[in-house]
Amino acid sequence: MLSGGDMLIRALHDEGVDLIFGYPGGTALHIYDAIFRQDKVEHILVRHEQGATHAADGYARATGRPGVVLVTSGPGATNTITGIATAYMDSIPMVVISGQVTRDAIGSDAFQETDMVGVSRPVVKHSFLVQSAADIPNIIKKAFYIATTGRPGPVVIDFPKDVTDPAEKFPYEYPETVKLRSYSPPQKGHTGQIKKAVEILMSAKKPIIYAGGGVVQGEGSEELTKLTQTLGFPITNTLMGLGIYPATDKQFLGMLGMHGTYEANMAMHEADVILAVGARFDDRVTNSDVSKFCPNATILHIDIDPASISKTVTAHVPIVGPVKSVLKEMNSQIKASSNKVDAEALKLWWENIEHWRQRDCLAVESAGELIKPQQAIQALYEVTKGDAYVTSDVGQHQMFAAQYYHFDKPRRWINSGGLGTMGFGLPAAMGVQLAFPEATVACVTGEGSIQMCIQELATCKQCQLPIKIVNLNNEALGMVKQWQDMQYSGRHSHSTYADSLPDFVKLAEAYGHVGIRIEKLSELKEKLAEAFAMKDKLVFIDIVVDQNEHVYPMAVKGGAMSEMFLSKTERT
Amino acid sequence: MRRIISMLMENEPGALSRVVGLFSQRNYNINSLTVAPTDDVTLSRLTVTTIGDDRKIEQIIKHLNKLVDVVKLVDLTDGSHLERELMLIKVKVSGAQRAEVMRLADVFRGEIVDVTPTTYVVQLTGTSDKLDAFIAALGDTSILEVARTGVSGISRADKVLNL
Ligand SMILES: Cc1ncc(C[n+]2csc(CCOP(=O)(O)OP(=O)(O)O)c2C)c(N)n1
Ligand SMILES: [Mg+2]
Repeated sequence: MLSGGDMLIRALHDEGVDLIFGYPGGTALHIYDAIFRQDKVEHILVRHEQGATHAADGYARATGRPGVVLVTSGPGATNTITGIATAYMDSIPMVVISGQVTRDAIGSDAFQETDMVGVSRPVVKHSFLVQSAADIPNIIKKAFYIATTGRPGPVVIDFPKDVTDPAEKFPYEYPETVKLRSYSPPQKGHTGQIKKAVEILMSAKKPIIYAGGGVVQGEGSEELTKLTQTLGFPITNTLMGLGIYPATDKQFLGMLGMHGTYEANMAMHEADVILAVGARFDDRVTNSDVSKFCPNATILHIDIDPASISKTVTAHVPIVGPVKSVLKEMNSQIKASSNKVDAEALKLWWENIEHWRQRDCLAVESAGELIKPQQAIQALYEVTKGDAYVTSDVGQHQMFAAQYYHFDKPRRWINSGGLGTMGFGLPAAMGVQLAFPEATVACVTGEGSIQMCIQELATCKQCQLPIKIVNLNNEALGMVKQWQDMQYSGRHSHSTYADSLPDFVKLAEAYGHVGIRIEKLSELKEKLAEAFAMKDKLVFIDIVVDQNEHVYPMAVKGGAMSEMFLSKTERT
Repeated sequence: MRRIISMLMENEPGALSRVVGLFSQRNYNINSLTVAPTDDVTLSRLTVTTIGDDRKIEQIIKHLNKLVDVVKLVDLTDGSHLERELMLIKVKVSGAQRAEVMRLADVFRGEIVDVTPTTYVVQLTGTSDKLDAFIAALGDTSILEVARTGVSGISRADKVLNL
């Protein structure tokens, strides 16, 4: 016999959860007491509930296992919303447990009462309000099942305080299986559709593979790499997909979309066949006017979520199913097929692509001792030998990291792509570092973003997390400023704050960490290397970078994929 | 185009708000909505009428199907079907109007279910178009109150929505 609070923790353990992120408060106190009285599930005390959600999210993105969050009702619960929405937009498996006022007080505007199920509804895959302690094992089982299967996503479980009352005990048994008559994620793609897609691929003259975050979540990287290499096709990845195909391989054209490479966007625009895998034709890829998108292409679209198919761009061959099994079947069909790819056409196509590549759209012009933000990422790549886990915040620094750090493995690049949440980077890095204590974890951030969850430096201290914070300090909300430069004649409305920035070195020190500042290009690599050599310390690396740099290429608003600004003075 | 989408939904708290929330969150239209229990106590049947082009309707159906509470769904307008709506309408009637409204109710196969010296309540069932037509036919008769249930529907012949 167990109390509701004990059942919850026990069920988490039975579900394989060994780490949760949280912050206590009134309605969660029975649960916190249950945590105190056991040693199987470790709890990480964050400094803000938003941090807990991003940390759990980072943990999930790096490991593929669901992240778990525990918070109190009211403000504790509402503070998780940004983090839940972030996970929702990027399809990250997460379970958020919130305290709630007692059942009889629900609806009475009780102290710290918020309708969490209601408030979170638009940003969760599903949610539960626990009505009786006896339901706890079943609900936990269902919640994890829903969060981790199909198109993954966050699930909220709201726990009225009296349901976790230590005085009321119930028999506990954790269910082995779960059955939901109304929820059955697809297990396999349609063989006939796959066959149709393979035929089209085999006769393609200007094909391209466009793959995204679904391949990370669906663990399809290996099959995707095999497919790409067997076919000899060019491949581009979305911001969310970086790492699912080795970036250092010659078939990789780089990221596509708003800040994608010239060659990737040109190849998309000119393609006659696009194989979209676990990508959702987001407006940051297609640009806002879908009618101009890839006019010549036959579109083959693999996704586990039928609602992602033909949502914005019509798919000629839709394939609903888990990317891994669909790609596997594609690979075996190709192997068995007597058809060969059109080698002649493909050769011409690659010549075309090489021609675009020669434009070298990511070339960096040196500016003496002034550090270009791109150079900082290049140095980071060299110092970490391309093998770090890189989390990022949102802004120019994020795009530079995506462009200049070449990810060869999935789950190494961890950023908020869908929601674009500033403040994500540091807590996400905590989740990664806790999952992989020995790994090198870098958080690429900006002086704007880092201040949105800066309080987590204290969590890092308490847990001794040796994260390396790489702060590309341009003394501005750089991405906002860039848009103001390009679209508002340089009127920098509320995007600069140079005279009120904190001394990040002292700030890091105040939290008990090491802080260093890098101001000259000649000392960039050496100082970075020194920082990364401090294996057991968190180092805040404040890098003073060129304040006037823009991210290029940049899609021309409302244009086709082939329409890009390539620098402040050139456009296609 | 106008569509009638009918679904079986888990009889769970919050299920209805998820369906309704989906419509407002994605800026889909709801013209009418009815929900009531079925012969199976664990299921409710919800019927919604909405308007949109084919792409939008396809998205609505896909998103509804994704909701964990929605067990099974059919677009009734895809095939041959029956649709019915019930209306109670209270009108102010005096003098010659009394006979006139009674005659009109008769033509529409309605029933006068409540009578006072100055008012009638007319009950009418049929397609939404028919109810609209009745309201239009009342002309300058003063309407005091309209209560419509929203559309309920069912497929014809052996096509069924059940588990
Ligand atoms: C929470 C949140 N608020 C606002 C924005 C809008 N926004 C996008 S990028 C950006 C500037 C980020 O500044 P910084 O972190 O210094 O990065 P930089 O662009 O300078 O590299 C802002 C305000 C956002 N993405 N997230
Ligand atoms: Mg900045």
